[in-house]
Amino acid sequence: MTTPVMASGAMLRLDGVSAGYAGFQALFDVSLEVKSGESVAVIGPNGAGKTTLLRSISKLIGVTSGEILMEGRSLREVPAHEVIARGIAQVPEGRRLFARLSVEENLKMGAFLPAARPRHAERLKFVYSLFPRLEERHTQIAGTLSSGEQQMCAIGRALMSGPKLLLLDEPSAGLAPVVVQSIFELVKRICAEGYTVLIVEQNIRQVLKVVDRAYLLETGRIKSSGRSAELLASDQIRKAYLGI
Amino acid sequence: MQLFDIFLLESVLNGLLLGGLLALLSLGLNLVFGVIDVIWICYAELIMIGMYAIYYFYVVFGWPLLLAMAAGVLLVAAAGVVLHQFVIRPVLAAEPINQLLVTGGVLFFLQAAATLAFGIEFKNIGVTFPPIVIGEISFSMPRLIAFGVALAGMLAVYLFLTRTYMGTAIRAISQDRAIMPLMGVNPDRIFIITSALGGALAGLASCLLVLQYDIHPAIGLSFGPITFLICVMGGLGNMAGGFIAAFIFAQFISVGGFFLAIEWGYVIAFLFFIAVMFWRPQGIWGNK
Repeated sequence: MTTPVMASGAMLRLDGVSAGYAGFQALFDVSLEVKSGESVAVIGPNGAGKTTLLRSISKLIGVTSGEILMEGRSLREVPAHEVIARGIAQVPEGRRLFARLSVEENLKMGAFLPAARPRHAERLKFVYSLFPRLEERHTQIAGTLSSGEQQMCAIGRALMSGPKLLLLDEPSAGLAPVVVQSIFELVKRICAEGYTVLIVEQNIRQVLKVVDRAYLLETGRIKSSGRSAELLASDQIRKAYLGI
Repeated sequence: MQLFDIFLLESVLNGLLLGGLLALLSLGLNLVFGVIDVIWICYAELIMIGMYAIYYFYVVFGWPLLLAMAAGVLLVAAAGVVLHQFVIRPVLAAEPINQLLVTGGVLFFLQAAATLAFGIEFKNIGVTFPPIVIGEISFSMPRLIAFGVALAGMLAVYLFLTRTYMGTAIRAISQDRAIMPLMGVNPDRIFIITSALGGALAGLASCLLVLQYDIHPAIGLSFGPITFLICVMGGLGNMAGGFIAAFIFAQFISVGGFFLAIEWGYVIAFLFFIAVMFWRPQGIWGNK
């Protein structure tokens, strides 16, 4: 797979993005970038605007000001259903599988793009090699999977489009502690496979062990950023979020 | 075999044939409801339009019958798209009662328009088939054709919904509309395709009905309510439920009619429907 790298080196770039819902602004002047091959987290407390951030990158909500660039090209005029064709796949919050479709049919929906269909079989094999559990359960109705398996299926579904950039929205939310551990192992493997990943998490300690860099988002504003190890060591993060 | 038993067997078999047709009718309505969440109250009036179209193409314009029928299917499919774009789309976010009223309005509009355009006299395409006699039982050929074509049509829809990307998306969108764009699916496009498919199924039904019934502006009333009841009984939007309910309903009509009079068959079937509604208001296989 060839991933064109822009002169700036940024695959995804947000420039002063503000966004929100009717009568409520959730993001204020957010700027960040994700370089090709990098794994980046946006961390912050509940309600900081992390999900809104991913939703605005996927164009599920409109941006009121600022610019979102994917490989140097603006997403301004791109409708939501064409964002994935630009190479951005999102694993939504709460997994959002099609509960009454089988595992295999959920994965098939990930390959819905006409450009993805010829490579369906090849990518299915890849997803099954990452998550052998999904292959064992390929005919099972997705709603009956355990929550950890559902998260695998949701990640697998996003990978079926062959994305350049994978957006993960709170992959550990609503999972038992023991499952959370394994989900972060999965995320680590996805990063190791060379995917560019932007992950949004409130489980700060765990996610900082997995990603290269992170941004701290509080009440809709980027408050600090840096390499994961630096942030883990910083007083700001330690006091407010790690309880040390 | 006793004469009584043969007639009973004949009504059971006729009920089976009727069930196939009713199952086809309910499939289109269920499909549209399952995906778009709007009930096409005017569904049977689309069938009426298809029947008139076939009549005009075949009898008035003199086209070959199969060509006239194919054109009829396409025309009703197009009517389904027009219905969606101009009537349903503006009320997609409205209260369900408003959606019912607006499609109900289309029902009366189409009935009145057909009366104005075609008059109230009954029309018939004048195609007749000899009955098929097996032993002491006789079947009407159009009913047999209707059964076979309805089953083939439903099989085609089933394969489309389960084997193709578009069909899978149609089933998926009824489960989670909001995240479809993340799959690269444009929900508006899915709605148009579903409306065209619902219309095509109504068109196929008109091909089968036109072989058995006279055409008149109120013909929709003979099928509309019963189709709706079957869908409700099977669980609105549940295509498999509607399929089974159609066959149960048809048996009540056919066998009930055998023991009493034909008209009583419908009365018994409706009584059964009312009983089901007390027992399971969401339909036998409904899940809400």
